[in-house]
Amino acid sequence: MPTVCFTSALKRFLPTPSASVDGATVGAALGAVFASHPALRGYVLDDQGAVRRHVVVFVNGQPIKDRVQLTDPVGAHDEIYVFQALTGG
Amino acid sequence: MSDRLLVGTRKGLFEIARRNGTWVVSEAHFLGEPVSAVLADAEGTVYAALDLGHFGAKLWRRDRGGHWRELAAPAFPPKPDDAVDDPHPWSVGKIWTLEPGGVPGRLLAGTMPGALFRSDDGGASWALNEALWRMPERRQWGGVAGGEQPGISSVLVDPHNPSDIRLGISTAGVWATTDAGASWRLINHGMYAEYMPPERRDDPIVQDVHQLARCAARPEVVWCQHHNGVFRSEDAGATWRDVPAIRPSKFGFAVAAHPRDPNTAWFVPAIKDERRIPVDGKLVVARTRDGGRSFDVLTEGLPQRHAYDLVWRHALAVDRTGARLAFGSTSGGFWVSENGGESWTMPEARLPPVSVVRFAT
Repeated sequence: MPTVCFTSALKRFLPTPSASVDGATVGAALGAVFASHPALRGYVLDDQGAVRRHVVVFVNGQPIKDRVQLTDPVGAHDEIYVFQALTGG
Repeated sequence: MSDRLLVGTRKGLFEIARRNGTWVVSEAHFLGEPVSAVLADAEGTVYAALDLGHFGAKLWRRDRGGHWRELAAPAFPPKPDDAVDDPHPWSVGKIWTLEPGGVPGRLLAGTMPGALFRSDDGGASWALNEALWRMPERRQWGGVAGGEQPGISSVLVDPHNPSDIRLGISTAGVWATTDAGASWRLINHGMYAEYMPPERRDDPIVQDVHQLARCAARPEVVWCQHHNGVFRSEDAGATWRDVPAIRPSKFGFAVAAHPRDPNTAWFVPAIKDERRIPVDGKLVVARTRDGGRSFDVLTEGLPQRHAYDLVWRHALAVDRTGARLAFGSTSGGFWVSENGGESWTMPEARLPPVSVVRFAT
């Protein structure tokens, strides 16, 4: 089961525990987290389900390629990290 | 008279209260977070919209007991296939204004991109006004604040008829519904746009309505601070008369209308429009008491040397009596008047840049 971790910057708004979840893609894994933490979804994804412009998602240290459909594959031992993007100062 | 102010800034929400005759910062909330809109309803509930740079538009509510709780924020439905070429994103960028909807539990939110959302359950859930969003003309709406997205900055609900709503849009003129949002019309005539080619100068849809304010007792009287000047309407936003007497300049963002006197309104003019600073470095409030035929330039208590404060659309407020006013600036200046603007005092505070000021009821 892939592991999903969130930036500590989110902790001031809502709890973001790391989780091991089922899912063969980034979208499926994040979706599994949001199913148990529904308020978190809008912090990471925009209204259409794409990664927010100033959020970055890494899989094993590499930024994902598909930020719109979230189809990048993930394996059982992969780590998904959700961070705020450094899009400025 | 209201003794309490809510001040939304680039770095938090501040409460400023009148204590022993002076105004002081009494509470701070969401320190460090950008606050884009705030509303205190008649029951004492406070709503605060956050514009989180990384994590999107959020909405919080504080009940009378002082406890804050996050609500669902307005959000767009899934973008349909026939909207592939839509020039505007189907995702809320910022909640720009929150207004009471005129019936218990109803709230209206104007957003960037230019959409109107409605809640009928005190902000717990929201629905996009699809009729307005799906108007073919919406694709002609222009951008605001240096971006490509239009924004709904003014939402005026008729105090006698909650189905009658006027919207001020940057940049798309004044839109009206009389059937609670089932249908909409572009209604403004009489404004002019010097930033357009001559043949489109008077086109209603290109008018950059910075902000609208209406007289609560005479809601057919509406004032507009427009990109190119000040205008006044006596028919709820359909026909507009230019108000060239505005001093010391006709550019600005904010306007406040007297709640009872349809001839009184306040503005905070600035040098248009490439500079956007006060004329001659003097921060002033312009007040008319004769329907716009003449203006007083009010300066007592305001900085008159090297003041470069700009006052945004929602950062000037008047209370329900018309005697108390308050405004905040991009430099974090904040001033309160208790005599209709004749003189101003500054609470002991250096605030972050101010985006919105409202009196709590």
